[in-house]
Amino acid sequence: MRGWDQFLWVIYPYVVLTVFVGGHLYRIHIHPYSWTSRSSELLEKRWLRWGSPLFHWGILAVFLGHVAGLLVPKSVHEAFGLSDTVYHFLAVTAGGVAGLAAAIGAILLLVRRVGVPRVRRTSRTGDFVAIALVCLVILSGLWATLWNGLGHADFDYRETIGPWLRGVLTFQPDATRMAAVPLPFKVHVLAALGLFAVWPFTRLVHVFSLPLAYLWRSYVLYRRRQSRAVVKP
Amino acid sequence: MRIKAHVAMVMNLDKCIGCHTCSITCKNTWTNRPGAEYMWWNNVETKPGVGYPREWENQEKYKGGWELKNGELELRSGSRARRLAHIFHNPDLPTLDDYYEPWTYDYEMLTTSPERKRQPVARPKSIFTGSYMNPEWGPNWEDDLAGAPETGPRDPLLKGLEERVQMAFEQVFMFHLPRICEHCLNPPCVSSCPSGAMYKRDEDGIVLVDQEACRGWRFCVSSCPYKKVYFNWHTGKAEKCTLCFPRLEAGLPTICSETCVGRIRYLGLLLYDADAVKRAASAVREQDLYAAQLGVFLDPHDPEVIAQARREGIPDDWIAAAQRSPVYKLIVAWKVALPLHPEYRTLPMVWYIPPLSPLVHAVEGDEAVEGADVFLAIDLMRIPIAYLANLLAAGDVGVVRGVLKKLAVLRAAMRARTLGKEPDGDLLRETGLDEATVNDMYRLLAIAKYHDRFVLPTAHREQVADLFGEQGTCGLSFAGTPGGCGL
Ligand code: HEM
Ligand code: SF4
Ligand code: SF4
Repeated sequence: MRGWDQFLWVIYPYVVLTVFVGGHLYRIHIHPYSWTSRSSELLEKRWLRWGSPLFHWGILAVFLGHVAGLLVPKSVHEAFGLSDTVYHFLAVTAGGVAGLAAAIGAILLLVRRVGVPRVRRTSRTGDFVAIALVCLVILSGLWATLWNGLGHADFDYRETIGPWLRGVLTFQPDATRMAAVPLPFKVHVLAALGLFAVWPFTRLVHVFSLPLAYLWRSYVLYRRRQSRAVVKP
Repeated sequence: MRIKAHVAMVMNLDKCIGCHTCSITCKNTWTNRPGAEYMWWNNVETKPGVGYPREWENQEKYKGGWELKNGELELRSGSRARRLAHIFHNPDLPTLDDYYEPWTYDYEMLTTSPERKRQPVARPKSIFTGSYMNPEWGPNWEDDLAGAPETGPRDPLLKGLEERVQMAFEQVFMFHLPRICEHCLNPPCVSSCPSGAMYKRDEDGIVLVDQEACRGWRFCVSSCPYKKVYFNWHTGKAEKCTLCFPRLEAGLPTICSETCVGRIRYLGLLLYDADAVKRAASAVREQDLYAAQLGVFLDPHDPEVIAQARREGIPDDWIAAAQRSPVYKLIVAWKVALPLHPEYRTLPMVWYIPPLSPLVHAVEGDEAVEGADVFLAIDLMRIPIAYLANLLAAGDVGVVRGVLKKLAVLRAAMRARTLGKEPDGDLLRETGLDEATVNDMYRLLAIAKYHDRFVLPTAHREQVADLFGEQGTCGLSFAGTPGGCGL
């Protein structure tokens, strides 16, 4: 069993991390032309109108929740006077609502991708893989949250998954922290790692292009001719 | 004053025969690729009509262009923050059905069919799904007013004119309107692009999409009021008319201009004051925008302008080209060309000489009408003139009437000269023309020699690039191309 644990919670995460970072660097430097959200709104916008905003606003809230719950140590929560019960309540309700929105949106997008002929026929493999894996990760995450909320409040991932994740990110991996984690959470973590492994090779790279600088930019842009193009991420 | 040079185009609508040669040569040059099938960077529509994409002029629907909000210039689609909030689904984006679903034909049916009683037919097939389809709309579906009684009333330019227009368009008038990107001085496509992928070239004003920086946020498509940015569904990037810059840089006209059968297109330089653009675009009254834009252009013969242009590094051959520019004559000196929809506040750089012929024809019937009568006729043709004013002068009928009268007087004067008569001096004076100008106008508009229509200086690449060193470093088979060549 130890061998498996070592593989799943140390080796696999580092393989994924390497592919994730290396893949993005490779993509932006070698294939900058392929870096895009690949919007399909031109082809279909009625399903997209509901699916895309529900999914995106949901997933952004879920992402913030993950940062607050996993990357921020429990001791910080306590220093702010956040008790276990209050944290648990917030995580399950707010997290549940955001997760549900993301799940509904993602399923709408998946149905659209497969069900609308124009969208299906113009999709690349990566487009199907991305939205299918996203659905899997969100649904397993919802399952874990529900399991946690309905009668298993005694399990606190801030004492197991959180430290494990921070350990991996700070190069002090410890597989034993994941040993006792319940199945729904394990499935969710493994699926998420799978998503990160394919991430750089799909349209998901668009997440790193969030164009916030636009808010301060002047409206009209001029460029002078240069001898070689300067590539920006 | 910050002087820049700009390549501009003028199209003489009187001479467009609606042959679509420009569209075809443009397509063959630029958009015969997967993802670009539905794109017509140059398209020719018949007016009145809803056009391509359908109702592109309806800004209530697409929210293209600019408007004044509390005296401040703002995109019609709202603030930067509002656009970012709609990044997951852009409510103003047209869909493919507003353009048309591109199709091909089952050509094999023609060559492989066994002998039969009936001729085999090549049935249309959707490019997307590969299944047989029944085309219900296309890029020039309304050609020569086809279907106009049905679609015509949805033409936004007819708003307010309905009561006076009988829907029997054939009895009223029609003309062709070839359209490309306007390469606006105040381009909403550039302004709405969150990634900063779109830009105006400093040297010649051409508006381009940096294919490597575009992230597919697709706001440029909805924000361009002329709907001249297109989304490539294959690459996931925006594309648009490049004004054939590789040709222009070599001193050649765009492919649409080169191949124009009616020889209606003119290309040349204009010098303009980049510091004056924003103020011009913010003119309070929409009807003042035409004059405001004229105010941005500079006189290339003015010694002060020349001196300043030199100081700012505009090469001498470019200044000389600006002085010989046919578009300067048509737009600024003679004022016979007008901007397309100045009320969008984009300060467009492709201008149009309004068509006189459909009006004259409507009055003349089969009999020739002489100068003064044409004048009278122009005053009587209220509906077509109001329509043209909605297209080219933000509804200012006086501007269009003035241009048409000039063109009518030019015709009358030339007709008189051909018949050995004296031209009507009163008419010439009334429209501010003299014999010499009539001559020049006649040469440029009617004779329209190639080298008079296109005055294009070559680009000065040697100033920015080590051309010798770059040999063999870039080509179609290199990684990252197209776009990888640092164009
Ligand atoms: C950072 C902010 C983000 C922005 C600005 C953004 C923007 C977009 C846009 C414009 C599209 C194309 C929609 C269309 O078809 O028109 C898209 C699609 C998509 N995005 Fe995002 N996104 C963001 C974050 C995310 C995140 C965090 C995820 C999560 C994994 C995600 C997953 C997806 C997926 C899977 C699709 C494709 C949906 C489909 O199959 O049609 N995005 N995004
Ligand atoms: S006409 Fe051309 S420059 Fe003007 S907004 Fe549209 S795409 Fe941009
Ligand atoms: S090629 Fe010239 S004449 Fe023919 S449709 Fe185009 S602009 Fe008009």
